[in-house]
Amino acid sequence: MHITSFCKIRNHKVWRNEELIYERKTEGTDILQDMYDQLTLNYPKFFKMDDLCKLGTLAAHVLLHHLRLENYQPEDIGIVLSNSNASIEADVKYYESSKAYPSPALFVYTLPNIVIGEISIRYGCKGENAFFVSEQFDARLLHFYVMDLLRHQRIKACICGWSDVVNDTMEACLFFVEVGNHNGVNFTAENIDKYYKQDLNGKE
Amino acid sequence: MERNELIQQLKEQIIKQLNLVDKKPEDIGDDDPLFVEGLGLDSIDALELIVLLQQEYNIKLNNAEEGQSIFRSVSTMADYILERQAGSAN
Repeated sequence: MHITSFCKIRNHKVWRNEELIYERKTEGTDILQDMYDQLTLNYPKFFKMDDLCKLGTLAAHVLLHHLRLENYQPEDIGIVLSNSNASIEADVKYYESSKAYPSPALFVYTLPNIVIGEISIRYGCKGENAFFVSEQFDARLLHFYVMDLLRHQRIKACICGWSDVVNDTMEACLFFVEVGNHNGVNFTAENIDKYYKQDLNGKE
Repeated sequence: MERNELIQQLKEQIIKQLNLVDKKPEDIGDDDPLFVEGLGLDSIDALELIVLLQQEYNIKLNNAEEGQSIFRSVSTMADYILERQAGSAN
């Protein structure tokens, strides 16, 4: 099992496989909107999403944009994500809206695993999926769960990692793991932990 | 309010309420279907349109089944609003 693609969004910067591909130039701009424009996502449904789904969708776009997924059946690709703040931003917005007229469009985002649904819709993934909430990035849990799915041949590839939004802080770290493709780094708990913690600023 | 004025206002409100940032009022034809083809709205958008009627026009749908004909287009929405307003004025 190998990590064949990697995306990291942190501190208003975006990296694909350690290459810096986006950096916010102007303070105060809507970072998600700016990333959408600069990374040419071109997906109008994006504007209806909450921030967690926007972040996950952008990260998946960066992760998968250059890959050929045609060889996979929809059931072959799973998604396993995690974060520490669940859907707190959407929860608070919905709570505030419900004081006047509860908004159905906000309500549908009051679960963290909705981001998995949004990515699945965009890329047609129908494989196994799960969302874990833990205090910190838990490389061992993520690795164990994804390996279990891959080993038991329930899926042949997996989008996995971390996507978290709270207050003005957002952070995503996604990996694409494949069984049959050996062009990449070994998928181990140590490697994903290293990538997650790695300060990529030196790579600019 | 005149029907044409109401139609224009509805287009602006729909764009705002449904976050259709890539649309302008002139992109929406008065008789264009709102769902599937046309604007391509979905079931969650339908619920938002019900909220919009309540919030902006104080109109509560009596029967959810009515939604299908009311929300067919901006024109049908405007006609429904005018009809309800006329009904409550009498």
